Amino acid sequence: MIAAGCDVGSLTTKAVILNNTRIISQAVAKSSFNPEDSAREVMQNALTAAGLGMGDIGFCVGTGYGRERIPFVGKAVSEIACHAKGAHWLLPTVRTIIDIGGQDCKAIRLDAKGNVVKFITNDKCASGTGRFLDVMAKVLGVGIDELGGLSARAADPVVLAATCTAWAQAEVIVHLNAGTSREDIAAGISDAMAARVAILARAVSIEKDVCMSGGVAKNTGVLKSLENQLNVPMRRLRIDPQVVGALGAAIFAREKMEGR
Amino acid sequence: MYVAGCDIGSLSAKAVIMEDERIVSTHVIFAKPEPDESAREVMGEALKKAGITREDISFCVATGYGRNNISLADSAESEIACHGKGAQWLMPDVHMVIDIGGQDAKAIRLDSSGNVVRFAYNDRCASGTGRFLEVMAGAMGIGVEDMGDISSGSKNSVSISNQCVVFAETEIISLINAGKQLPDIVKGLHNALAHRVAALARGIELDKEITMTGGVAKNNGMFTALQEALGQKIRKMDTDPQIVGALGAALFARQIAQDTKR
Repeated sequence: MIAAGCDVGSLTTKAVILNNTRIISQAVAKSSFNPEDSAREVMQNALTAAGLGMGDIGFCVGTGYGRERIPFVGKAVSEIACHAKGAHWLLPTVRTIIDIGGQDCKAIRLDAKGNVVKFITNDKCASGTGRFLDVMAKVLGVGIDELGGLSARAADPVVLAATCTAWAQAEVIVHLNAGTSREDIAAGISDAMAARVAILARAVSIEKDVCMSGGVAKNTGVLKSLENQLNVPMRRLRIDPQVVGALGAAIFAREKMEGR
Repeated sequence: MYVAGCDIGSLSAKAVIMEDERIVSTHVIFAKPEPDESAREVMGEALKKAGITREDISFCVATGYGRNNISLADSAESEIACHGKGAQWLMPDVHMVIDIGGQDAKAIRLDSSGNVVRFAYNDRCASGTGRFLEVMAGAMGIGVEDMGDISSGSKNSVSISNQCVVFAETEIISLINAGKQLPDIVKGLHNALAHRVAALARGIELDKEITMTGGVAKNNGMFTALQEALGQKIRKMDTDPQIVGALGAALFARQIAQDTKR
């Protein structure tokens, strides 16, 4: 039984294909201006990797901000529900999920069955979202995927006083001009990012186990800062944290096929 | 008797020199990296215009974010108090001041003597400060000082859905790509900033007599947008609204100088 999930986010689009309870392929691509094109492209990549065609998919669920515009899905489900579904399937002991996307951040609390009991979203302010890291990486002149590695090599992390991305950007420039190392600045950026996310996480009252999903979960600097600030270990998921939403969508699709 | 006020802001530095009841000179410069350096330069120019030297000044009060590091000042006073004092001296009927600076915004309620009764302040979020317009002007490749004139040509202003400076910047680029007219976008930006500032002002309850100070008050489009957002008239100053803080500082200096003489 082949089920698929497609997560069209603001910056990236993800697809996961399930054969019964096994992930047989996944794909990630940059989102284009048109959610339809993004969804079709990434799903085609996932299908090709699995050696399947569109006709083999029994049911497909869409999620993410572009979910209403995906032509080949049978049903659209909220990102919150999909992230919860995916994370709980991977790690049944999970009770708190911190999902940081390209332009938003969510903290989700689950019960033992994986139902969402509480959640909070920030999509109004760039600070505490992937966009904050994106802006800072540009100022530092490094790739966004290099920030974690730089943070790990910091000797004396700087403290960024501002929460606002615009002010923090000015602070980073001052540090660069003062000759502060990129490593120390990167660690300061990770800490500032984590501080902002921790506010959301605390608002849903954290319960163990805690895990991260979304692209920013791959940034070890932010992950470690968040562990320190919240004083809880982050359980690592056994798949790319960026595809958790798409996985959740695929699980919903399978349940639909099972008549659940 | 000469007194002086010096307002060292994040983006500009302002000085006002008074002789008794009269403003004898004012000057505005872009801020230098060091507040003390800004103060020396802006005061130097104001003194030159007045044809006097520092020794002629009985008392000098500093204000603004760099106020505590000014060697030529005799004391320091908060920006809130100075904006209130300056605005009330210029317009005795005014009981509320809305000040939009380069990196902050304030709403101040005054009693009839110009004392601060209540105030609200935002310097946490760049949206809702002059920085918002500055970033957007940069994204559109226009001068921030031209935004007022540009917005006057608007026929159908766009609505900006993002509050955050970072998200709004992206939105502006898509609006341009979607073929929206520049005057309509600029007007939309004025409205967006005006709504943020109006919300700040409403937090301390509006007064009937409001004036606007700070560099952003020179932008006519912004002035109109704020009137619309507040749903009431704002009294326009006939003095440069950017120097009101420095004027208030000079008035505090005069008070101190008179008190010491007595």
